Amino acid sequence: MSRILILFAHPALEKSRIHKELISRAKNLESVYVHDLYEVYPELDIDLSREQELLLSHDIILLQHPFYWYSAPAIIKQWLDLVLEHGWAYGSTGKALHSKQMMNVISCGGSREVYQREGKNRFTVPELLAPFNQTAHLCGMEYLPPFVIHGTHRLNDTDITLSALQYESLLVALRDERISEDERKGIEYINDILPIPSAIQS
Amino acid sequence: MDQHSFLFQAMIYLGAAVLMIPIAKKLGLGSVLGYLLAGILIGPAVLNLIGDQGQDIMHFAEFGVVMMLFVIGLELEPQLLWKLRHTILGLGGLQVFLTTLLVFFIAWLGFSLSWQASLAMGMTLSLSSTAIVLQSMQEKGQMSTAAGQSSFATLLFQDIAVIPMLAILPILAPMGAGATGDGTHGNNWINQFPGWAQTLITLGSVASIVVAGKYLIRPIFRFVASIRSRELFTSCALLLVVGIAVLMTQVGLSPALGTFLAGVVLANSEFRHELESDIEPFKGLLLGLFFMAVGASINMGLIAKQPLSIAGLVALLILVKGIVLFILGRFFKLGTDQSLIFTFALSQTGEFAFVLFSFASGAGILSNNDTQFMVAVVAISMAMTPLLMLLNEKLILPVTGTRIFVNEKEADHVPETDHPVIIAGFGHFGNTVGRYLRVHGIGMTILDHDSDRVDLLRKLGFNVYYGDASRHDLLHAAGAERARLMIIAIDNPEKRLEMIETVKKHFPHLRMMVRSRNRFDAYEQMNAGMMHVYRETLDTALRVGVDTLHWLGHRRYSAMRTARAFRKMDEENLKKLSSIREKEQYILTARELIEELENVLRTDRNSASLGQDHGWDEDSLIREAGKAQ
Repeated sequence: MSRILILFAHPALEKSRIHKELISRAKNLESVYVHDLYEVYPELDIDLSREQELLLSHDIILLQHPFYWYSAPAIIKQWLDLVLEHGWAYGSTGKALHSKQMMNVISCGGSREVYQREGKNRFTVPELLAPFNQTAHLCGMEYLPPFVIHGTHRLNDTDITLSALQYESLLVALRDERISEDERKGIEYINDILPIPSAIQS
Repeated sequence: MDQHSFLFQAMIYLGAAVLMIPIAKKLGLGSVLGYLLAGILIGPAVLNLIGDQGQDIMHFAEFGVVMMLFVIGLELEPQLLWKLRHTILGLGGLQVFLTTLLVFFIAWLGFSLSWQASLAMGMTLSLSSTAIVLQSMQEKGQMSTAAGQSSFATLLFQDIAVIPMLAILPILAPMGAGATGDGTHGNNWINQFPGWAQTLITLGSVASIVVAGKYLIRPIFRFVASIRSRELFTSCALLLVVGIAVLMTQVGLSPALGTFLAGVVLANSEFRHELESDIEPFKGLLLGLFFMAVGASINMGLIAKQPLSIAGLVALLILVKGIVLFILGRFFKLGTDQSLIFTFALSQTGEFAFVLFSFASGAGILSNNDTQFMVAVVAISMAMTPLLMLLNEKLILPVTGTRIFVNEKEADHVPETDHPVIIAGFGHFGNTVGRYLRVHGIGMTILDHDSDRVDLLRKLGFNVYYGDASRHDLLHAAGAERARLMIIAIDNPEKRLEMIETVKKHFPHLRMMVRSRNRFDAYEQMNAGMMHVYRETLDTALRVGVDTLHWLGHRRYSAMRTARAFRKMDEENLKKLSSIREKEQYILTARELIEELENVLRTDRNSASLGQDHGWDEDSLIREAGKAQ
């Protein structure tokens, strides 16, 4: 059984609909630790040693956040800058994170169609996530395809519940190591290999 | 006194005060000495404007001392009093006992008085003047130092000791002479009861003050406050003090002690500040009147007749009291400088002596002539106190005990005056800043006026200069020319303003950061041209607010952001409000405090958008998405 660390970042969770639901479900799962960065470090004063210990004691690192301006909220950047030290996370002696897995869990306002070459946003989500992908790579981690919730502005309460269910099934599958290497190779979103609740297929 | 002469008298006293106090203050003499000089000026010796009313006025004005003890009681938490109990009993008890003993032997053996007269003399002269000592020390900001606390404890014990003294005096009276005192203490209502009943009544009165203070006075004040008439509240506060004084006098206790007790009981009540600000002006006026009456009562004719013997007796009195005080100060572990301050502060004989002497002469213990003589000696010793304290400060302290700087005479020790930061005042505020800077290895020079603290800091290797931080020469010695930053963390608001002036005048290159107690303090500092003003309670109070929101389920990050926005807004409003304020000195009343609060609360309401981070708000996006469908 793998241990999952969710690095969660939402600067205004009280205004969020979708992440509230995702987080409350994730918190109930065994072997999943939700680390609410903005709540723990309201002044962005990240505790290096505590974060590194947390990383060492988990196998899969999820970065869960809204996809603000095609990237993550500020505290994620701060976290990456401070925690992934040279000589610890990367560099000739930095092997602490080797063979762990990393993944982005994001919510976007736009639909999957607008995140296409010919769409309004001109790039796909995995293309825009390239800095995260490379960060994981440099640290010797496997970068998993992202879990993406699109069109968050149009979702009704049922849609949100179904997305949360899908997320829950993802966490369970990752934890129980039920997603094989073959399965996750070559797919755009990890959502694509998860059973899709019927209401959000549209 | 008919009305005309009453108004005339009032005019004389007020006029003398208004004329002399500013002069005394400008000369650095302190207001007590100013009042005493004003008293001498209008007294029979110089202008003779007040006729023979001086003694009456003094008895009336003694009530200022009673009020002062009430206000002091209000400011004193019962816990602090409990903490001071060893000092009160030990230091105060020994002081009274040893001084009495010493004076007794000198009077008995040296001046061949009867043993009864010697004992009366000893007891009376062992007391010091609460009014002069506390007023002077408050003005100098010394109340929180070790010397201030010790003085306070000693004075408190003396106030209590007056009671048994008044009980002993009648026993000393020679047979045949009736115990007829001066009226305030001699023929009380209580005297008609047998001894055991008197004791019971006395204890009962003290207990009733404590009980009434806890359970009766608060509801009464709550009711009076609900009527919303300021005058009524003031009257009620005055009635409380006067009432307790009358009760105490009736049962033969010191009224000062009774009101002090009432003050302590009310120290934790919600009306504490209201009471304080109501009583304060009366207290100030009466105390001033009292000091002037002391000045006026000095019998210059007597002094002119026997100047040498009076001067000799004053010197002997101060010497005897001083030796006892200094030895006790050292014995109770005060540093040399603190002991000296303590010694000179309490070296006089106080206002109780006037009561005790007239009682003793009425009872036939002391001859009329001796009494006249001693009253003059006591009055002069009181007048000398502010002068002696000044001399001590200017001449003695600089060369004894804690030096302005360490090792100034050692040639191989070059003072490290190239520190970029100077911290003035190393109390709770200053030492927090200092500790933080020290963690960063930043060199700093500390200025402090508490000699015990200075000694300790030096022992720990800090670079400390001792003295009044608003003095130009001290700043110069501390290397203000070469420093870059000056942190003004002393806790006396007036001293802070003085310091700002000095630094602006002599060291204009220094950037000043100033601690301020509250908004009003901040306004004054801003009017003095300071922009870097740090209110000591602002950040802490907001941190409490943030944590409150957190425990109510709000997100920490949002709470932190709104707190920062609130602080920024508050600082901006402070600047705005300070610019519309008049430049004149404000005399703060409780009403103005409320008006200011109203201003602040109104401006708060206008900024309802506080901490609205629209960048993270998706409402408009959701609305737009809805329309597109």
